[in-house]
Amino acid sequence: MTKLCSLTEAIQDYVHDGDCVYAAGFTHLIPFAAGHEIIRQGRRNLVLARATPDLIYDQMVAAGCAQKLIFSYLGNPGVGSLRVIRAEIEAGRLGIEEYSHFSMISRLQAGATGLPFMPMNPTAAGDLEKVNPNYRRVKDPYSEGEVVVVPALHPEVAIIHVQRADEEGNAHIWGIIGEQKEAAFAARHVILTTEEIVEHAIISSDPNRTLIPGLIVDAVCQVPFCSHPSYTQGYYDRDNAFYLEWDRITASPEQTQAWLQEWVFGVKDRAHYWQKMGEETHRRLKVMPRLSATVDYGEY
Amino acid sequence: MDEKKFTPAELMIVNAARLLQDGDHVFVGVGQPNLACNLARRTHAPRLVMIYEAGVVGAQPARLPLSIGDPTLVSGATSVCSMYEIFTLYLQRGNVDVGFLSGAQIDRYGNINATVIGSYSQPKVRLPGSGGSMEIAAWADRIYIMAPHQKRRFPQAVDFRTSAGFLSGKLERERSGVRGKGPQAVVTDLGLLEPDASGELILTALHPGVEASQAIENTGWNLKVAGELRITQPPTDEELCILHQELDPQGIYLKSE
Repeated sequence: MTKLCSLTEAIQDYVHDGDCVYAAGFTHLIPFAAGHEIIRQGRRNLVLARATPDLIYDQMVAAGCAQKLIFSYLGNPGVGSLRVIRAEIEAGRLGIEEYSHFSMISRLQAGATGLPFMPMNPTAAGDLEKVNPNYRRVKDPYSEGEVVVVPALHPEVAIIHVQRADEEGNAHIWGIIGEQKEAAFAARHVILTTEEIVEHAIISSDPNRTLIPGLIVDAVCQVPFCSHPSYTQGYYDRDNAFYLEWDRITASPEQTQAWLQEWVFGVKDRAHYWQKMGEETHRRLKVMPRLSATVDYGEY
Repeated sequence: MDEKKFTPAELMIVNAARLLQDGDHVFVGVGQPNLACNLARRTHAPRLVMIYEAGVVGAQPARLPLSIGDPTLVSGATSVCSMYEIFTLYLQRGNVDVGFLSGAQIDRYGNINATVIGSYSQPKVRLPGSGGSMEIAAWADRIYIMAPHQKRRFPQAVDFRTSAGFLSGKLERERSGVRGKGPQAVVTDLGLLEPDASGELILTALHPGVEASQAIENTGWNLKVAGELRITQPPTDEELCILHQELDPQGIYLKSE
């Protein structure tokens, strides 16, 4: 059964005010186009969960979509801080629930595997455990030791960007796979955005690469260049210049709002945004091919 | 003879690289630690394996990555796995030899704050937070810290303990049962701090031309000086040439503090 629809329809159907949203991807495959569509549709009071909020959540917070963040690293990777989020937190206007990367990902792992919580070895650092009551300690039933536990996270919706998928949402991902699979299985609904829609035969030619199966996917949206200024391995490069530029833009709230007006509210969809980016950007982010060796699954 | 001058970044990267051993599996961040690892691989440690928290093992970056999840880390790498796997199969299981860390504050026992300046609920400055550092500090066998030597960075006690050094001393860390041995050295632009028997960081080496008094003045606790204070070997022409011509030709990280 085809689950193809537009990104506009998918956000209308599966992202509601107050929802916990997990827009997945560790630096790679961040679904910026979906974040922008959520902004355009004016969603409010969202709980935004991501290990690294990255620019996508800085933009959504700037647009007033969020009441709270669940996160584990609050920086503009390689550049500095996320100025909008940082200012909102320092002003006491944005709720936070903070983890380390491992405990954040462990919450997804518990959610994805149907367990109530996930144990981890203690780290002795202690202060995050003190400020976040979701961290608990339980006795290891097999020894005298203790383990730290965090509860399962079940976002209302996970948004997962992939290189290619069929119409049912069976999807291939390669490159950094971060927490994509765990976020998808942990969530109640999954919106899949994809660079390309391919025949099922392409997917089934390489089943080991299918990280996301269609059975957990609700909507499939073909959105080329969805992750710019993040990247899609083998399709286009990370726009490091924009990550640096965002630091300059967000130095003032007026500039930030002007950017949102021009690049989010001022375009109708991702195709329009990408066209507006212009040929210099298209050329700059092009990547040369580097193919893997093919594998032989054998005919049985 | 005039002493040759080196930038703080050159001194820190070169001295950090020399701490790495051939064959080490290193959990590496972007920026200066990345340069230190690549420098070590091109000099004395060709079999060093770089592991990134994004899930990349055996990265062979062809260009300087700005972010910790740059695509150049993937192309040509030995393996790419999920974040859950990198933190469990590799780090928690004990397959990582070295972790590189930094932070806004490092205290006399090597505990690190990367979370907030001021109180947690009403921070004066909200910093990025743990990322991978809480677990790296606990579970990598050896921790090396790189930080410019400034009084505000080396306070008596950190405002927030994001990741564990020796806590209140080596005994407390040992009792906590975490598997890693904790901070083995802090590389600054003035010299090296290393833990004494109690876990307190003391001045053990100075870079050429630096006086112990400079390190003492720029440390927030009463910095002890080791009985045998070493002088580090100045960066060699070969090391500098690799850094400037191959690893960071635009000087992105070599220019910064």
